[in-house]
Amino acid sequence: MAETALTNPGGQPAPGGWQGIAADWSSDQRAFKNVSWGKAMMWIFLLSDTFIFSCFLLSYMTARMSTTVPWPNPSEVFALEIAGHHIPLILIAIMTFILISSSGTMAMAVNFGYRRDRVKTAVLMLVTAALGATFVGMQAFEWTKLIMEGVRPWENPWGAAQFGSSFFMITGFHGTHVTFGVIFLIAIARKVWRGDFDHGRRGFFTSRKGNYEIVETMGLYWHFVDLVWVFIFAFFYLW
Amino acid sequence: MVDVQYDALADAPPAEVPEVELYHPKSWWTRYVFSQDAKVIAIQYSLTATAIGLVALVLSWMMRLQLGFPGTFSFIDANQYLQFITMHGMIMVIYLLTALFLGGFGNYLIPLMVGARDMVFPYVNMLSYWVYLLAVLVLASTFFVPGGPTGAGWTLYPPQAILSGTPGQDWGIILMLASLILFIIGFTMGGLNYVVTVLQARTRGMTLMRMPLTVWGIFTATIMALLAFPALFVASVMMLFDRVLGTSFFMPALVEMGQQMKYGGGSPILFQHLFWFFGHPEVYIVALPAFGIVSDLISTHARKNIFGYRMMVWAIVAIGALSFIVWAHHMYVSGMHPKFGFFFATTTLIIAIPTAIKVYNWVLTLWRGDIHLTVPMLFALGFIITFVNGGLTGLFLGNVVVDVPLSDTMFVVAHFHMVMGVAPIMVVLGAIYHWYPKMTGRMLNDALGKFHFWVTFLGAYLIFFPMHYIGLLGVPRRYHDIGEAAFIPSSTHTLNAFISIMALIVGFAQMVFLFNLVWSYFKGRPSGGNPWRATTLEWQTPETPPGHGNWGKELPVVYRWAYDYSVPGAAQDFIPQNQPRAKPALQGAAP
Repeated sequence: MAETALTNPGGQPAPGGWQGIAADWSSDQRAFKNVSWGKAMMWIFLLSDTFIFSCFLLSYMTARMSTTVPWPNPSEVFALEIAGHHIPLILIAIMTFILISSSGTMAMAVNFGYRRDRVKTAVLMLVTAALGATFVGMQAFEWTKLIMEGVRPWENPWGAAQFGSSFFMITGFHGTHVTFGVIFLIAIARKVWRGDFDHGRRGFFTSRKGNYEIVETMGLYWHFVDLVWVFIFAFFYLW
Repeated sequence: MVDVQYDALADAPPAEVPEVELYHPKSWWTRYVFSQDAKVIAIQYSLTATAIGLVALVLSWMMRLQLGFPGTFSFIDANQYLQFITMHGMIMVIYLLTALFLGGFGNYLIPLMVGARDMVFPYVNMLSYWVYLLAVLVLASTFFVPGGPTGAGWTLYPPQAILSGTPGQDWGIILMLASLILFIIGFTMGGLNYVVTVLQARTRGMTLMRMPLTVWGIFTATIMALLAFPALFVASVMMLFDRVLGTSFFMPALVEMGQQMKYGGGSPILFQHLFWFFGHPEVYIVALPAFGIVSDLISTHARKNIFGYRMMVWAIVAIGALSFIVWAHHMYVSGMHPKFGFFFATTTLIIAIPTAIKVYNWVLTLWRGDIHLTVPMLFALGFIITFVNGGLTGLFLGNVVVDVPLSDTMFVVAHFHMVMGVAPIMVVLGAIYHWYPKMTGRMLNDALGKFHFWVTFLGAYLIFFPMHYIGLLGVPRRYHDIGEAAFIPSSTHTLNAFISIMALIVGFAQMVFLFNLVWSYFKGRPSGGNPWRATTLEWQTPETPPGHGNWGKELPVVYRWAYDYSVPGAAQDFIPQNQPRAKPALQGAAP
C-alpha cells in the first residue's frame, strides 16, 4: 500500500481517550487514523475468524457436555513414554512452547521490519516459519500416533466418538491456519530478502508497491493463530 | 465594507487518504473478464445472481404447479417437490439476494458513493467474484448429479438432511454444503473490502454521518455477514464430516430401515442453533441494504430530505446488533426451556422499535413531499407497504404462544415471503430502475416498468394474502400434496390453484423486465449523467457510465450531507454533495 502514516494535519494536538475516539469516527476519510488499509482489513478478518473458531469450540463443548458416553481423559491420551517415564501432555507442552516462541521471533521480525533491516527481518520471518512448520510437523506426529492407536473421526477405543471428531476437526482447522501462515511467511520473507519494499517493486498480481508494514500485518495473523492455540490448549487438552 | 475572498477549498479538510493504485487493464480479458474494477465486478455479480435467480424462479413455478394442480403434472413427484423447495429457498436467500445486494450493489455503489476510485484491494475483490461463481456452479451442478439436488429444505436440518429417505442424499447434500463453504470464502473476500473501503477510504469531507443511507445499510449488513456466516461455515463443515466421514456432530443414535446406524451421541439442536445464529442475521443482511436503498429512493423521488437521518443510521445499527440475539425464535417448537422462549420473544419484539422508527421516517419523508411516481418510487412505496404487512405477521410469529400453532404452516411461508422475499426484491427492482441509467447511460422503458411494477406488486399480494389464510387453516408447509384432510375445506384447493396462476403471471412479468433490461441497453432513451437530479456522488461522475477510477483526474470533495433536496433559496431543488457551500453572508459590515 502506498500509504504514509498521518502526521496530524491540523497541527493541533489530537484529543485523547473517548473524545479522541469520537473525534476520529466523526471525522472524514478514515475512522482509524494512522491505520493502513491492509492492517484494518486484517483486523476485521481476524474478528470474523474469531467467530469461526468460537463456533468450533462452542460446538465441541456442547458435544462434550451433552454426550452420555464418558469422554476420554486428554492427559492420558496425549501422554508419551519418554525414557521409561510416563509424561502426560508432554508433546502438547512442547508444541505450545514452540508456537509461543514463534510469536516472539515474529515480533522481532516486525521490529526489524520497521527499522528497514532487510536481512534480519527476512531471517527472523524464516525462523518463525521454521517454528511454525515444526509445530505442524509435531501435530502430524500426534495425529499419526492417535490414528495408530485406533482414533478415527467416527470412533475411538476410549469413549465418546465426538472426541476424535472434534480433535481432528479443530486441530486440523488450526493446523491449516498455521500452514497457510508458514506459506505466506516464506513468500513475504522472500520479498523482504529481495528488497521489494526498498525498491518499490510492484506485485505480480496486484501491480501495487508493497512496504514493510506487510510484515506487521502478517504478524497480526500469526499472533492470532497463536492465541487461538492457547484457547484450544485450554479447552481441549487441559479441560 | 471588507470584501472577503471566499475559498471553497478551505472548507475541505486536507487529504489524508492517498490515491489508490489502480490496476490498469492491458487486454480485453483483464478489462471485461478478469477485471479488477469494482463496477465490472458488480455487474458480473449481478448477472450471475440473476441467472441463478431465474433458475429459482422456474423452480417456484414447478412448486406452484404441483400445489395448485396436484397430480396433474406427472413430471413432478414428491421427491422432486422437496428438491425444488430446497433449491428455491437456498438460491433466493443466499445466491441471489445476498450476492446481489452486497456483491452487486455494494461493489457498484460503495466506491462511487463514498468518493473512492475503487475498492481498497481490487485484486481480492476480483477473487471474491470468481469464488462466488464457483460456488454457484457447484450448486447448479447438483441438478445433474446422480440423485439430484438435496431435498432437505433450505434449513438443511439434520438428521434428515443426510439420511437416505431424503432426496439428494448421495451427492446433492455434499455439493450443497461445499457450495455454501465456497460462497462464504468468496463473500469474506468481498465483504472485507466493502467494510474497509467505507471505514478507511472515503473522500475528503465524507464523514460517516454524511454517507448516503444506502452505504450505511450495505456497510452494516456486510459487518453482520462477516460475523454471522462463520456459524454457517462451521455448521456446513461439521455436517459435511457427518455425511462424508461418518462423524456424529449432529447425528443422534438412529434406526434406519430396521438397522441401527453407526451414528450416535450428536445433537441435532446444535445444528439448529448454529444455523439460526447465521439465519436470523441473514434476514437483516438482506433487509438492511434494502432499508438503506429505499431511503435514498424515497428522498430523491419525493424531492425532500430524509426525515431523521441520524435516527435512521442508529436504527440500522441497532437492528444489526439486535438481530444477533433473537435467533432462537426460529426454534420455539424445538423443545427449548420456556424461559428462553420468553427471552427470545422479548428481544424479537424489541426489534420492532428501530424498525418502526424507520417506517415512520419513510412516511414522514413522503409527507408533503413533491412525490414523483417514477418507477423506482413506485417500487419504494410498494416496499414500505409490503414490509409493514410482513412485519405485522412477524409480531404473530415472534410470540411463543401464537407461534406454536402456526409453526410449519403456510402462514410462515407467507410471512417470510412478504418480509424478506417480496419486500427486498421490490427494492432490488426499484434500485435497478434507479441506477440503470448510471450503469448504461440509458433509461429503462417507463411503460414496461410501470406494467412490471403493477403486475409484480398486485400479483405478490394476490399470491401471499390467500397464503396467510391457508396457513391459518392449518395447511402445513413442505407438503407436496395436502390431500383430503377433514380440517381443510375444499375451497382451499381452489385458492391454491388461484395462487399458482398468479405466481405464473408474476413470473411472466419478470420476463418483461428482463426484456426491458436488454432492449433499453440498445434502444433506451439516453439518460445523461444525472437523470433523477440526485445529490449523491455517483451522479456527479465526469462520465456516464463512470470510467475506470470513477472520477477522472481529481477526487470529489464533499461539503454537505446526501439529502439537500428542495433547500429554500437554492437555485435548483437539489444540491449535489460535492457543491461547495454558498459564499457566507458578510456579517458585521457596519460600522
